[in-house]
Amino acid sequence: MKPTKYLSLAIALTMLSAVSVADISPDDVPFDGSMQVNESLTGKAGDPTEGRKVFANRKLGNCLACHAASDQSDQLFHGEVGPSLDGVASRYPEGLLRTLVINAKKVFSERTVMPGFYSNEQGARVAEKFKGKTILTAQQVEDVVAYLTTFK
Amino acid sequence: MQIKSASRLVGRALLLPTLALSFSSVAFAGPDENQLIIEGETISTDTKAAAGNPLPHLYSGWRFRSIETQALQADDFENPAFTAVDTGEELWNTVDGSAGKSCSSCHNDAAESMAGVRAKMPSWSDSLGKPHTMETQINACREEQMGAEKWKWEAQDMLAMTAYVGLQSRGMPVALDLEKGEMQDWHDKGEDLYNTRVGQLNLSCANCHGGNFGKMIRADHLSQGQTNGFPVYRLKWGGLGSIHRRFKGCMDNIRATPYKRGSDEFIALEVYTANRGQGLSVETPSVRN
Repeated sequence: MKPTKYLSLAIALTMLSAVSVADISPDDVPFDGSMQVNESLTGKAGDPTEGRKVFANRKLGNCLACHAASDQSDQLFHGEVGPSLDGVASRYPEGLLRTLVINAKKVFSERTVMPGFYSNEQGARVAEKFKGKTILTAQQVEDVVAYLTTFK
Repeated sequence: MQIKSASRLVGRALLLPTLALSFSSVAFAGPDENQLIIEGETISTDTKAAAGNPLPHLYSGWRFRSIETQALQADDFENPAFTAVDTGEELWNTVDGSAGKSCSSCHNDAAESMAGVRAKMPSWSDSLGKPHTMETQINACREEQMGAEKWKWEAQDMLAMTAYVGLQSRGMPVALDLEKGEMQDWHDKGEDLYNTRVGQLNLSCANCHGGNFGKMIRADHLSQGQTNGFPVYRLKWGGLGSIHRRFKGCMDNIRATPYKRGSDEFIALEVYTANRGQGLSVETPSVRN
């Protein structure tokens, strides 16, 4: 390996560790007394444009599987297992929206069907490919929350 | 092909994109009102739930499908599963194995001997010490009576035979006997599995098919997950598939490691789901999306 390659590897590793150190891990999410999470999981603001993509993507948030949202009217099918998210930012503060994306069971009890998107509370027999992983990354959670806060 | 009130439903189907965009939660809710009539025979697609059933009323998955998919099942000439049924009939009469027998050597005319069999499956087997499914019963016949090699769970010949044998019970109510042997234990084990949350998405069968049937999950209309039409011709598969293949598909979707086809877990789950549809008419071979 050439020295330049070592250098780029070292930079890449530094960047990786920088991301993971800054992110709050799923087990350390600070829920406050009213179950809100008021700080960003990444220490950075989310990007609503990215959040809009994560929201619709079937392999990421796939929020439309269960929820309708007028802002996603370019997508043909909207689910109805959960409530419509129109106006959700007027109903819930940002800290609660963050909790609902991270782990809705903290608010709606264990009985909710809504998956925890940044939680290690998962079902039995998690497929090998997904073991030890959350559905969304911390940044994707922040992006979705930033997007949801536009639902006034 | 006869589907009662079809024209009204086509009218509703044309409205779907508009309704989807207006986010109506009422428009899709619940099963439709269509009636399944095949070759002049009405097949009931709903029934009152037996006492103890967690569902208030039972609906065949047919009632949750589009008018186009429903039409495929309402006409045996349109139903793509019937090529496999024809294969099944041929196999029924074909000698295979060291004993020089075919199915018909012992069972004669399937229309008589197999009528009602599918409706009772899975059913307790003393010799096996566990429930027989259609697949294991067919293989037991092949190995023990015919001296033939057993078929794989999802083999084309197996699907053709389960479709052909199942068809002989079409229209008859699902009627498992949980009193025999240890059927109740298998049922209860299946019930536990049905209610156990699995996978990264952390969902149980009941989460979707118990509390939320009738609702749209994105483009799919959630049914009660009834098994009365299996093996089913799924348009998505482009072919026939077993109950256990469908279980596996659901577990993959929620990012869980599925049990194996023919495993005790899936047999138990089949006992539970079949009994949960007690009273629904056998629709084998059904057509779904």
